Amino acid sequence: MPYNHKEIIAEKPSRFTSGHRMCAGCGAPPVARMILRALKPEDHAVIANATGCMEVSTFIYPYTAWTDSFIHTAFECTAATLSGAEAAYKAMKRQGKLPEDKDTKFIAFGGDGGTYDIGLQSLSGAMERGHDMVYVCYDNGAYMNTGIQRSSATPKFADTTTSPAGSVIPGKMQSRKDLAKIMVGHHLPYVAQTLAMGNFKDLYEKAEKAIYTEGPCFLNVLAPCPRGWGYNTEDLMQINKLAADTCYWPLYEVVDGKYKITYKPAKKLPIEEFLRPQKRFRHMFKPGNEWMIKEFQDEVDARWQELLDLEEMTNKE
Amino acid sequence: MGIRERLSGNEASATAMKQINPDVVAAFPITPSTEIPQYFSTFVSNGQVDTEFVAVESEHSAMSACIGAEAAGARAMTATSANGLSLMWEMIYIASSLRLPIVMSLVNRAVSGPLNIHNDHSDAMGVRDSGWIQLFSENNQEAYDNLIMAHRIAEHKDVLLPLMVCQDGFITSHSIENIELIEDDKVKEFVGKYKPEHYLLDDKNPMAIGPLDLQSYLFEHKRQQAEAMKNAKKVILDVAKDFEKLTGRKYGFFEEYKLDDAEIAIVCMNSTAGTAKYTIDRLREKGIKAGLLKVRVFRPFPGEEIAEALKNVKAIAVLDKADSLNAAGGALYEDVVTGLYNKKLSIPTVNYIYGIGGRDTKSDDIEKVFNDLSKIVKDGKVDNHYRYLGVRGDK
Repeated sequence: MPYNHKEIIAEKPSRFTSGHRMCAGCGAPPVARMILRALKPEDHAVIANATGCMEVSTFIYPYTAWTDSFIHTAFECTAATLSGAEAAYKAMKRQGKLPEDKDTKFIAFGGDGGTYDIGLQSLSGAMERGHDMVYVCYDNGAYMNTGIQRSSATPKFADTTTSPAGSVIPGKMQSRKDLAKIMVGHHLPYVAQTLAMGNFKDLYEKAEKAIYTEGPCFLNVLAPCPRGWGYNTEDLMQINKLAADTCYWPLYEVVDGKYKITYKPAKKLPIEEFLRPQKRFRHMFKPGNEWMIKEFQDEVDARWQELLDLEEMTNKE
Repeated sequence: MGIRERLSGNEASATAMKQINPDVVAAFPITPSTEIPQYFSTFVSNGQVDTEFVAVESEHSAMSACIGAEAAGARAMTATSANGLSLMWEMIYIASSLRLPIVMSLVNRAVSGPLNIHNDHSDAMGVRDSGWIQLFSENNQEAYDNLIMAHRIAEHKDVLLPLMVCQDGFITSHSIENIELIEDDKVKEFVGKYKPEHYLLDDKNPMAIGPLDLQSYLFEHKRQQAEAMKNAKKVILDVAKDFEKLTGRKYGFFEEYKLDDAEIAIVCMNSTAGTAKYTIDRLREKGIKAGLLKVRVFRPFPGEEIAEALKNVKAIAVLDKADSLNAAGGALYEDVVTGLYNKKLSIPTVNYIYGIGGRDTKSDDIEKVFNDLSKIVKDGKVDNHYRYLGVRGDK
């Protein structure tokens, strides 16, 4: 059935309620809300959440924004925690301890700190063990909850509180880790990279595939942060669009090892378009720093080309 | 009644787990507890249990998965030792604060560093304030029996706390001894079904667990945890009574060995109690009134009851198989002394740190402790409360 945004919003009430305390202009809540909308209304879900912005803003005792079952334990172990819940489901279902006609789906949310960095081992383990779950990384490119410290998802040259753009060292000096490819290396049935753009079609469809593909699936979703990135809160959707149109954040999926790029911008925009509205890259636009923009562009181009090559290579007959 | 067998402590623990038939076991190999998940995964592979075995990539994930499973509504178990427990440390606190009655078999081993794989109690002592119930076991039989009683205690509505059953690495985990097992159906009936009031997989009543819990509520939640630990004392004794009816084997907070008329007494935990009993028998032949108090329940700590049991002795030695490195004394010593003080008992009490890193503790060592106690009684004074037993360079 073709994606119809109006119908989905009308027929699938949000399972993530308003009243949470995420910042205005934060990219994460629309992502969580839309991913949960991809659940069939009759299915129950167990959500696990790593410590981070999302957790501390959505489940402050005694209030919760989650209408499904929800568990938070710690920062680095969301995948392991959820894998235990999924194992419990299998064992209890097998023994007839749960209703036969009811399906439960398992979805983990972690930021890039809790996923690329401190939670990478736990994620890798859970994915390798083949638990029937979806792990969603909402990637805002730094430890935003603790005050914008660099992570391995932080793009090169970004100004963060632990990679400050100084007079000698101009921001983060290392390139961003490519987590989706690390997950592809786990030979998962479904890996995708997406973001909230336009009518959310790309995000919704990938979430649906991830949730209803049996086995461990992974979604890497860009979730801009107005505080950490330094854009105007009302510009969230514009920033997302620029991330896709500059190919900074390519939208693609890998189904059983086959790459498919799901969005190829008609006109690939220069990276400045994405960098300029963000304060974290402001120093790159000072006279004499043109080399930084060029280097950034070269890396985006190389990664995009690599993706095009992978798409071609993995789809050969 | 019962089944006569010969099993190591690890085999006995794995057998108990098989009979308990938990929904989820999540574990990671570490000496000397590795055999427990090994045996258990064989039971899984051969279809002898209904358990989902989660072969995690670390102990941190083992405890995380146990938390996820138990919160989901399952019975979850694990086994570990030393550094494995250290790596779990963060999750150990989370398990108890989320009030999840997870049961662990802890095969005690020295915590690094430097690396050592042999027995002491530094692992268990490192989590003594974490809100876990801690039961200690002298031998394979007690390790087995404690595990069979574990879920009844942990899952009780007045308790809802995780529980670890401790035994000495290698000394009992790898020693094969006679044991009396309970029939499978009787264990099943005794342990009963797990019926949590709230659980993640209850789709009709979704639950959110593990909030951000700030200044307005955390204190009350911790206070409730503390109350649950107090409540555990009664439940532990009630379960022990039922267990005695089933097996004839009697358990309390501690075991008293020839303590009734004892003038000098040792307080210790786990396998050293066996050595102490042997030594006491020999000393009694010589007319020395030596006795033993073997602590089984370390958390909750039965300080008042221990003080009551020791009230008539003239000198006490508390043996700690873990050094607190605090220039004051070991953990068991400090707890015992607090119990005595609160009961206004001014009995000379000394502490011996012993057996660190698997250093063998022989009957001669125990005899030396009793000799020291006799001297304290005779001289009426204690020159040093915080002592070492069996270490080079120490008098």
